[in-house]
Amino acid sequence: MTALAHVPPTGGAAAPPPEPGRGNKLTPYFLLLPAGLALLVFFLLPILTLVNTSLQSGGLEEGFTFSWQFSNYVDVWADYWPQFLRSFVFAATATVLTILIAYPIAYMIAFKAGRWRSVLLVLVIAPFFTSFLIRTLAWTTILSDGGVVTGFLRSIGLLTITDFVGITSDSRILATPLAVIIGLSYNFLPFMVLPIYASLEKQDVSLLQAAGDLYASSWAGFWKVTWPLSLPGVVSGTLLTFIPAAGDYVNSTFLGSMRESMAGNAIDALFLRIRDYSHAAALSISLMAAIVLLVVYYVRRAGTEELV
Amino acid sequence: MTATLNRVPAPSTPTEATKPGRSRWFKDHLIVFVGALGLLYLFLPIFVVIVFSFNKPAGSFNYTWTEFSFDAWKNICQVPGMCDSVLLSLKIAVLSTIAATVLGTIAAFGLVRHRFKGRGFANVLIFVPMATPEVVVGSSLLVLFVNMGIPLGQVTIWIAHTMFCLSFVIVTVKARLIGLDPRLEQAAQDLYANRVQTFMRITLPLILPGVVSAAMLSFSLSFDDFIITNFNSGSEVTFPMFVWGASKKALPPQINVIGTAMLLIALLVVVIGRFIGARRAKAAR
Amino acid sequence: MSTDVFTGGGSLRIRGLHKHYGAFTAVDGIDLDVPEGSFFALLGPSGCGKTTTLRMVAGLEEPTAGSIEIGGQDIAALRPYQRPVNTVFQSYALFPHLTIYENIAFGLRRRKVDGIDAKVNEMLELVDMKHLAKRKPTQLSGGQQQRIAVVRALINRPKVLLLDEPLGALDLKLRRQLQLELKRIQTDVGITFIHVTHDQEEAMTMADTIAVLNKGKVEQMGSPVELYENPSTAFVSGFLGQSNLLPATIVSRAGDVITLNSEGFRLAMPAARAHSEGPDVQVGVRPEKIQIADEGQAPATANVIDGMIVDASFIGVSTQYLIRTPAHEELSVFSQNTATTLRAVGERVSVHWDPAHTFALDKDAADVEHAAEIAS
Repeated sequence: MTALAHVPPTGGAAAPPPEPGRGNKLTPYFLLLPAGLALLVFFLLPILTLVNTSLQSGGLEEGFTFSWQFSNYVDVWADYWPQFLRSFVFAATATVLTILIAYPIAYMIAFKAGRWRSVLLVLVIAPFFTSFLIRTLAWTTILSDGGVVTGFLRSIGLLTITDFVGITSDSRILATPLAVIIGLSYNFLPFMVLPIYASLEKQDVSLLQAAGDLYASSWAGFWKVTWPLSLPGVVSGTLLTFIPAAGDYVNSTFLGSMRESMAGNAIDALFLRIRDYSHAAALSISLMAAIVLLVVYYVRRAGTEELV
Repeated sequence: MTATLNRVPAPSTPTEATKPGRSRWFKDHLIVFVGALGLLYLFLPIFVVIVFSFNKPAGSFNYTWTEFSFDAWKNICQVPGMCDSVLLSLKIAVLSTIAATVLGTIAAFGLVRHRFKGRGFANVLIFVPMATPEVVVGSSLLVLFVNMGIPLGQVTIWIAHTMFCLSFVIVTVKARLIGLDPRLEQAAQDLYANRVQTFMRITLPLILPGVVSAAMLSFSLSFDDFIITNFNSGSEVTFPMFVWGASKKALPPQINVIGTAMLLIALLVVVIGRFIGARRAKAAR
Repeated sequence: MSTDVFTGGGSLRIRGLHKHYGAFTAVDGIDLDVPEGSFFALLGPSGCGKTTTLRMVAGLEEPTAGSIEIGGQDIAALRPYQRPVNTVFQSYALFPHLTIYENIAFGLRRRKVDGIDAKVNEMLELVDMKHLAKRKPTQLSGGQQQRIAVVRALINRPKVLLLDEPLGALDLKLRRQLQLELKRIQTDVGITFIHVTHDQEEAMTMADTIAVLNKGKVEQMGSPVELYENPSTAFVSGFLGQSNLLPATIVSRAGDVITLNSEGFRLAMPAARAHSEGPDVQVGVRPEKIQIADEGQAPATANVIDGMIVDASFIGVSTQYLIRTPAHEELSVFSQNTATTLRAVGERVSVHWDPAHTFALDKDAADVEHAAEIAS
């Protein structure tokens, strides 16, 4: 409905361009000033300060001085590369798992729900009104060693397989990578379901009918028509899942052990317990840079420009 | 015409029409089945939370079921520090919602209704915080506060929460504002409403649903936040931080009670919202 | 000053109106005189500047240059809510969160007029929608919404009512019905109406005066009959109805009569209907003015051109013939089927018409084809 201001009006049918602030060219700057200032001071500046800190040397007692200490980065990469790698592997695995769980839910709501659509959407979001931490703790109960779920999976032999692959050990689930991945994939489900749902809901039903008319089976119809057209939603959902998952450390704390610690755990420890600010900052910046690079690469590959 | 058409064999796949009966029903409903399973999976931990709020644990942790009891519900604030933390979380959530909603709505107007240099940069500046992991946002704010000598406490928590809610508010209100036909405001002016009257009577009522949902989103993000708060709270304890600390020492079922209560209140709000909407629609008939 | 604008006459005078969007010119110098109480149409294809002009009168766009006077007072500097002008938008722009009653009452409430309730009910009666007063706009049909948009504007008794292609979104039957209704309302109420449209039939049906716009300028202005029977530019001749245009050369002028030569055929026409200096012109005549006679059998006083029928389309009421001249130009002829026999393709004929129906235009072929393409 908003006409692009640089496209001349084509006549009665198109909405005319928005008047560029009649009279007062400074209005937009005033409107954006409070929020813009806040973002500059409390988001951009902190990041820059973090970069600055990451290049400092010294300790808590003697104080920190800026000294272009790039070795901080080398130090943290050498010490914490397992956590780093683990963060990305866990986050990626969890994201894939989330897609597998979320897609059928989104599909069902978009195409098969009819009148119940809005109710189901509320049901998807509802669980997340309960605190994030409490939900994660609940998984501790569900996946506990003596619990029903673990017992069942042990009895059907699934845990032996996962032991073999290395994501569980001793036929337990808690305090293993599998538990952390399950936790991660659960916690961001609505962020995957909603964008995929939005993408599917926009699709023209007649496209699938056309595919069927042209001899496509339902599976081919899905794979060749529905799935590709829902990709923007999948991409959005992936970003909304992967980014927080890569930086999370609550799941690994509650559901994992020291062996499953992630980059977030290390940053938390370095900042709040060890108080080695310069190394902590270096690790933090490294994490952010890695995520940004991955995201940019991913978005380029996926071909979607408009995310917001 | 010498070109000959190769004989195209008739499609061999019988489409659904020739396979009636049980397998058709199954195929059609497979996705519903799987989707429903997914929804059940979604509610599994919630179910556990609710059930275990009625537990009376033997030890200090609430991981295994012992016996059914209303004790936790009857003595919610018996746990030292928990109710205070809930109150603090509520207070911060209200304050940061107000701040983020006001700042964000004003900013959204600036972004949508005006063309200006630096608009692209502004859009990026707003988007990036949503794409930055909480560890980085939280730790960077910590470093800033430490460097600037600002003592960590309620104010720093409030600032931090307002910041990460701001981007979400702007995006939500922006979307609603873009969908608002500018010709409605022009029609109002055509009908003798000056700019203030146009804003109050036409623009504001029409974007209000967007502002309200942005505020609600903001509130829930703030109430539930742990990581960023953890970095910037100093000695203050919000409810998520309380749970984090408790998980190491003692996990009382009262925590589940709070969690269940949050869920119920939120559902109540949604239901009431729908009820009001439906009443309004009916009154118009 | 604003109160003055709301009293006084309702004639509209536009002088030298320009609107530039950067390098793009939407309105390129328009002069218009609209008498009070008349039904005036701004007609033209998409992008010709008619909507932009309307919006400048409403105050929704700022002119780059020019003056707009209502009842003799220049309103170009006033905001929309200070002008005695109301608009019926193409998309109706009914406020979705207000009831129909409140939509109609909106303008009156802002101006703090007395007796709102009576006036609103009067309007609702006028369009027979009193029982829908408490509904919201989204609950009405397109035609109902359109009527509400009109009365919401009319109730304020503006001096000038602007209509921006208000019937565009309706189906044909409803459109015809509303065209008559709007014309009737205008005649009853006596307010100056300015109606923007791209539909030439609609303009000719409803308007007292039409201004044909093209590329930001006024091509021609006059009554529907004048514009149709005596177009002064190739664009107008192609946009309003169909025209036959043949290249010709002016041979001589003698008093009121101009003689031309086209492919060796001698044509005569009244000097007043020549809109070009010549000597090379396009000579034109409307297809329904032409009659077909057997070869050589045309009356001597008429303009005659010989040719061969290359197409004959029977449309029931009339037959549309296409005649090819010796120089391979094509003439359209609309023949009312008063005769019982129809002519056949391949027949050699002489087509003829009254010289008084001829008009001559500047030689500019591009405009005609363009106009015919975009006319509806």
